Order: sequence, then structure tokens, then C-alpha cells
Amino acid sequence: MTQEMDLNQRFEDYIAADQKIEAKDWMPDAYRKTLIRQISQHAHSEIIGMQPEGNWITRAPSLKRKSILLAKVQDEAGHGLYLYSAAETLGITRDEMLDALHTGKAKYSSIFNYPTLTWADMGAVGWLVDGAAIMNQVPLCKCSYGPYARAMVRVCKEESFHQRQGFQVMLNLSNGTAEQKAMAQDALNRWWWPSLMMFGPNDASSKHSEQSMRWKIKRFSNDELRQRFVDMTVPQAELLGLSVPDPALKWNEETGHYDFGPIDWSEFEQVISGNGPCNRERIAHRVNAHNEGAWVREAAAAHAAKVAARADQQTHAA
Amino acid sequence: MAKLGHEWILRLGDDALVLAQRLSEWCSHGPALEEDIALSNIALDLLGQARALLTLAGEREGQGRDEDALAYFRTDREFSNALLVEVPNGHFGDTIVRQMLFDQFALLRYEALAGQSAEPEVAAIAAKAVKEVRYHAAHSAQWVVRLGDGTDESHNKVQESLNVLWPYTQELFEDDAVSQACAAAGVLPLNASYHARWKEQVLAILEEATLNCPETSALLTGGREGKHTEHLSYLLAEMQVLQRTYPGAKW
Repeated sequence: MTQEMDLNQRFEDYIAADQKIEAKDWMPDAYRKTLIRQISQHAHSEIIGMQPEGNWITRAPSLKRKSILLAKVQDEAGHGLYLYSAAETLGITRDEMLDALHTGKAKYSSIFNYPTLTWADMGAVGWLVDGAAIMNQVPLCKCSYGPYARAMVRVCKEESFHQRQGFQVMLNLSNGTAEQKAMAQDALNRWWWPSLMMFGPNDASSKHSEQSMRWKIKRFSNDELRQRFVDMTVPQAELLGLSVPDPALKWNEETGHYDFGPIDWSEFEQVISGNGPCNRERIAHRVNAHNEGAWVREAAAAHAAKVAARADQQTHAA
Repeated sequence: MAKLGHEWILRLGDDALVLAQRLSEWCSHGPALEEDIALSNIALDLLGQARALLTLAGEREGQGRDEDALAYFRTDREFSNALLVEVPNGHFGDTIVRQMLFDQFALLRYEALAGQSAEPEVAAIAAKAVKEVRYHAAHSAQWVVRLGDGTDESHNKVQESLNVLWPYTQELFEDDAVSQACAAAGVLPLNASYHARWKEQVLAILEEATLNCPETSALLTGGREGKHTEHLSYLLAEMQVLQRTYPGAKW
């Protein structure tokens, strides 16, 4: 008991001094669990996020756009890999995490339960969804858990590139034909509110926030980050000549921020609880890929075992 | 000596483009995250090769067609890729066997192109491609071995993949007026001339994979003259949909 108190004190002192906690350091169980939940959810979001964008790779409207989109979706798979690895340092396996995803026990970002209906969605997802993700993720580069913080440095560099690419797609569409401009406006209309929901519930009703702030896993509140996103994005929409689908949106001289209308949290709850337009398809797609690949993974394991056995025999024979 | 046209470059570009399109269909469907990344990577390399080659083919043709005009506004009867690369992905074993058969061929062809000086622009594209295709060839060969010498199930599956795909390989080594002109110009040896080396390398991989080389007299061919399988038209319909729906739009 005393020893645990000492360890806990040391941990708290570390956090207070902005030192990084490393994989082998003692940490409270709740801290470990919170990180596993958050990092694995983040990894799952990257993996599920490959689907809505992967949806347009084969139909990308130019070879250059195809190549950029393919590279982007490949980056997301890469992010999934480092994040699963970062979570594994906390004592959970990738198989366990994937199993939690496939059985619906683990969550992923709800934004990926919306469909990508037109090419303009490749612009809007990059611009808004990656833009919101960056707002959330840049502070994580300084989070108290070392392996997560370091993984996030690379993730954020690549995400910011994706965001610029998404904006470029929107810019080309906005400067394009009337049909292209309408396609861009329609995408903004559909992705705006779900993007604001990506920051999570209002601070007053966010159940994990307070403890995570104390542990320096989280550095800014949901509402602070959401406000930053709105302040950054509205002028970009103006530059594109598109209108943000919020009649209450207005610059507030006093606060120096944009005021915006209320978020429809009932839609958020619906999508989070499994009733979004694509929840079932996204998981079914994942589970199907995993199941279809089972014989391949088994073959690779069987082959590796044969190779090891042959090497062993040779050593014994020698 | 007659000046070479653009068709031979278009063939190289079409092989790369159609296979890139097929591999990109795998994205998010791979058997493991690492393979999703690997297949996308190979698709990206092939797409890069295709873009350079189609751009050059368009310049040689002199009709003002760029890479996108050639990719998005030709019909299947105008595509000149080998049939092997348009065959649908099937399961992972089908895709990997197709890839291995093609990689071994592509490597020999790019090595020859990288080593000639009659066509320096193609030599430069090929020199870069050789480095990429070496990795592709190592990746596909390793997987054929893992699957062939893995479990009974995987062995049977890839043996069947090989049986189905083998008849498409003969086409890669056929010659016609276009390839004969390349050979005469000292750009590329006749396709038939590297059949033996290709077969030797493929047989070495199959042996390690404990797979049997199929005995078949079936020969599937026609791609170089635009007579494709029924599958290519669907592949192009999907790939070309936005350009064809919104002609003249810039993306």
C-alpha cells in the first residue's frame, strides 16, 4: 500500500513536471485503461476511415488525383499501424483490439459512418474532417504518454498535408463548372455539422474529459477545440465562395470568435449508438476483409513455422 | 531506320495503369494491415510509371493527348495492355500469383529498357521503375512461397490460381510489328527472347513454393490489339465515370 502510494506520487509528480510517461514506467490502472481506450479508438478510426475515402480511388477523376488519394488512404493505414503499436506498449495485442472493433465493443470516430456520395466528398473530408482531426490531434503530440505523443508527431504532419489536399480539391471544384461548384456546396452542407460533432459532447456533458485533462492526455476542452475549428474554417469557406449551412453563424466582435448555432446532439447520439447511415456496412466490410484474409494469415504463420523447424533441424544436424 | 511510333510506349503504360487500377481495388480489403499498405504502395508505383509513360506516349503521338486524355477517353478496344493485368483480383492468392507472373516479366522488360540508349526518355523512366519493380517482385515471390508452402488450404488455393492464370502468360512473349520495330531499333529485344529467362525464374519460385507448373495448351491473347476479356470494359467504365459524365471539367 505504501509502496503503491509512493509510486502514485512519483507518477503525479512526473505529470506535474511535464515529463513523459514511458511504457515500462509504473502508471495507475485507470491511466493505462484510458490510454488503451483512446489510442485503440484512434487506430480504429484510421482503419475504418480508409473505407469512405477508398470508395473513390477507382473513380478518381484524374490520374494525379487518383495517386494523391491512394497515397492518402495508404497513410491512414500507416497511422493505424503506428497507433496499434503505441497501444501495444500498454499491454494489449493488435488481435485483441481488432476483435473489440469487429464485435462492436470498441468505438471509432462516428464521422466515418457517413457516406461519401460524390467526388466533392474527397475534398470536404480532407478539408473538414482532417482539419477537425488535426485540431484534436496536434495537442496530443504533447500528451503525457511518450509512445502516443511520438506517434502523433508523424500522424499530424501527414494529416496536415491531407487537409491541404482536401482544400485543393474544394478549390478546384469551386472554381470549376456550375455543376462542380454545386457538388462542392452539397458536400459542405452534408459534412459541416458532423465535423463539428467530431470534437465530442459539450464540456458540461463530456464524461471522460476532466480526468484526461488532469493526466495531461487531453490539453484543451472539446468546446475550445470546436471553437478554434469554426474560427479557422469559416474564412476558408468564404475564400471558396461556399456558404456554411448555419443561419446562426455570425462574427462576434466582443468575443473575437464566430458564434454558431446549436448542434443536433440527437443525431450524434443516433450515429454513435449504431444507427448512422453506414455503421453496419463499415463494420461488415472490416469483418469481411478480416475473415476473407484468415487463410492467408494462417498460411503465413504455417510457413514461418516450417522455416523455423527446418532451420532448427539444420542446427541439430550440424 | 523507320522512326518508332508511340504504340510501344502506350503498351507499357497500359500494362501499368490497368494493373494499378486492379490493385487499388484492394484498398481496405487486405488480409492484414501490412498487406493493405503493400498493395497500395505497389499500385502507387505502377500508377506513377503509367503516368510518365502515357504522358510520353501522348507527346509522341502528337495529337495533344495528355495522360488523362489517354486514360479516360479511350475504349477497351483502344487499350493495349496484356490480358493478364486486367483479370479480376479474385482472392488474395489470385492477386499475388498474377502479380508474381507479371513482376518477373516487367522486371526483365524494364531492365532491358533501362540499359539501352536509343530511347533515353524511356530509359530514364525504366531506370526508376526497375528499382520499384525489384521490390514488387520480391514481395510477390515471397507471398507465392508462403501460400504455396503454407497450409494445405493455401497450397490448393494458389495452385488453382496458377492453373487459371498460366494461360495468360504466353501473350507477354508474343511479337508483332510493333515489338519487331522496337527490336530493330535496338530499344527492346523481341519479347520471345526473354521467355526462357522468365520461365526459369518463375519455375524457381514455384519449386520453393511446392507448386506445379501447369501443363496447358490454352493460350489467351489479343490484348495488344485491343481484343480484351469481358472484364476490361467494366474496369474502364468505373475508372472513367467522372471524366465522361462531366466532359471538359478540370479536377
